[in-house]
Amino acid sequence: MADRLAQFLEMKFGEAFIEVDESDDVSTIHIRGTKILELLRMLKTDPRFAYNFLADITAVDHLKKGGHARYSVVYHLLNQHDSKRIVVHAWIDEEDPLLPSVTALWRTADWQEREVFDLFGIKFDGHPDLRKILNPDSFQYHPLRKDYPLQGLGERDDFKVVKRSIGSKWVEERSFE
Amino acid sequence: MSLVAKQLSTENVAINFGPSHPATHGTLHIHMELDGEIVTKASPEIGYLHSGFEKLGEHLDYNQYITITDRMNYLSPMCNNVAYALAAEKLLDIEVPKRAQYIRVIMCELSRIADHMCSMGMQAVDIGAFTVFLYNWRMREKIYDLFEMVCGSRLTTSYTRVGGLMRDVPEDFVAATRRVLDDIPTALEQIDGLLSHNRIWLDRTRHIGVISQDQAISYGLTGPIARATGISYDLRVKEPYSSYEDFDFDVIVGANGDVYDRFNVRLYEMWESLKIVRQALDKLPDGPINIDADSKYILPPRDEIFNSIEALIHHFEITMENRGFTPVVGEAYVPTESPNGELGYYIVSDGNRTPYRVRTRTPSLINFSVFHEIMPGQSVSDTVAVLGSLNIIAGELDR
Repeated sequence: MADRLAQFLEMKFGEAFIEVDESDDVSTIHIRGTKILELLRMLKTDPRFAYNFLADITAVDHLKKGGHARYSVVYHLLNQHDSKRIVVHAWIDEEDPLLPSVTALWRTADWQEREVFDLFGIKFDGHPDLRKILNPDSFQYHPLRKDYPLQGLGERDDFKVVKRSIGSKWVEERSFE
Repeated sequence: MSLVAKQLSTENVAINFGPSHPATHGTLHIHMELDGEIVTKASPEIGYLHSGFEKLGEHLDYNQYITITDRMNYLSPMCNNVAYALAAEKLLDIEVPKRAQYIRVIMCELSRIADHMCSMGMQAVDIGAFTVFLYNWRMREKIYDLFEMVCGSRLTTSYTRVGGLMRDVPEDFVAATRRVLDDIPTALEQIDGLLSHNRIWLDRTRHIGVISQDQAISYGLTGPIARATGISYDLRVKEPYSSYEDFDFDVIVGANGDVYDRFNVRLYEMWESLKIVRQALDKLPDGPINIDADSKYILPPRDEIFNSIEALIHHFEITMENRGFTPVVGEAYVPTESPNGELGYYIVSDGNRTPYRVRTRTPSLINFSVFHEIMPGQSVSDTVAVLGSLNIIAGELDR
């Protein structure tokens, strides 16, 4: 089964196809990011696959782990008729990470791609409204990248100091904007 | 009069709903545009409770992160504990003993009852039915007493461990649970009697916030919200985990996908949860609750730690920094049916004692993304009814 799937995908996508991993009970397709929209459209509409449900979009930064490229965007698909799942990794390089958006196939991709953009800085081509979703607009970084430290880069050091009176004394207090 | 009325021009009014509003139950912010009483546009803005749990997970080891999972969906922390433990166990390729699986099922289903009770009560109190809220809260407290009995805390349970449970249930747990289970039907009948045929409740919930099946699939909706539209997909039946295949229960499905159907799906799901807990208590097997301690995933028993050198070393090996178990390089995702829908932890391992990446597929985030689509055309007062029926938990929404 895995070999047939791999052969089929290689014929269809040529060099963009990387591999199919069948070591788990759920198979994983690895593909270059440029072809992800075509692959997911095929997996959704082709009756041989019929993965009608997009369960999750997330990303992994492979800076320290190593992989086919720096980032992979991970799509968890589900076929609700026979309860089959499949995982797709779309690999993209470090410079100017850009992927085609899948919002045209599933509307759930709207918020999830915004989240990936916010936390990893991966842009999605064709997304209707690509804004940050969790972090404030003034925040410059993409915190789930592996080169962003856990304790931050000092964003909180220059919060404004406001004076408040507590009882009869004026005290200096750090405050949010 | 009519001449004057013709000359009056109306303008859409922009209002902010939240971020701190008593009916949002958490810090949600919705920009709304109103034409009189009718919502023309509603765009949610989230992230007020963003706490960086996923980043934190890359710096905590597999057992430490269990305490973080409590804080995500704080209405059903047990379900989060179980979902995370299952994903970690799949990564490590271990299966916990049958007794632990059954206890996990009992905890999940009790959580589901508590969560549905709470979300229904919140929804009712937002719409104006205060009594239901108090009745539900009383039942929820009794379930939380059971949680306190097994793990010592009511909300931050952290009951599961990778490879088993924190400890076995106390001896009188089964009897105490049966007593609570005997009380729950009365509470469910009270909700039913107070709301199901209540004229005001029907007017406030029927044909409000309607979601179609196509919308539900396109927006990735799961759980009671998807089942209220008529999609019969329940992960406990379709992709059973933790021995759910051993229990006999029905999947509750609605038809119209409106607020009333979501209420009904939740109400009847609690009856099904009761059935599952009763069966699990009847069939609760004896035996260990953890995998074999020799596997080095789980702490040895307490008295052995104090009385034998091997167990003491073993204890240190697991708890000390730079020690502990390490899974192989790989990734795992286990979907589970939490009270709100599909909850799954996606864990990527690079072979270290901390995960390389921990992603939570939270139902709240994905269920909330449909909100802007169903609100236009509804009235302002329906906003709280729809919000209550979607049961958005801010801790899980923003993580």
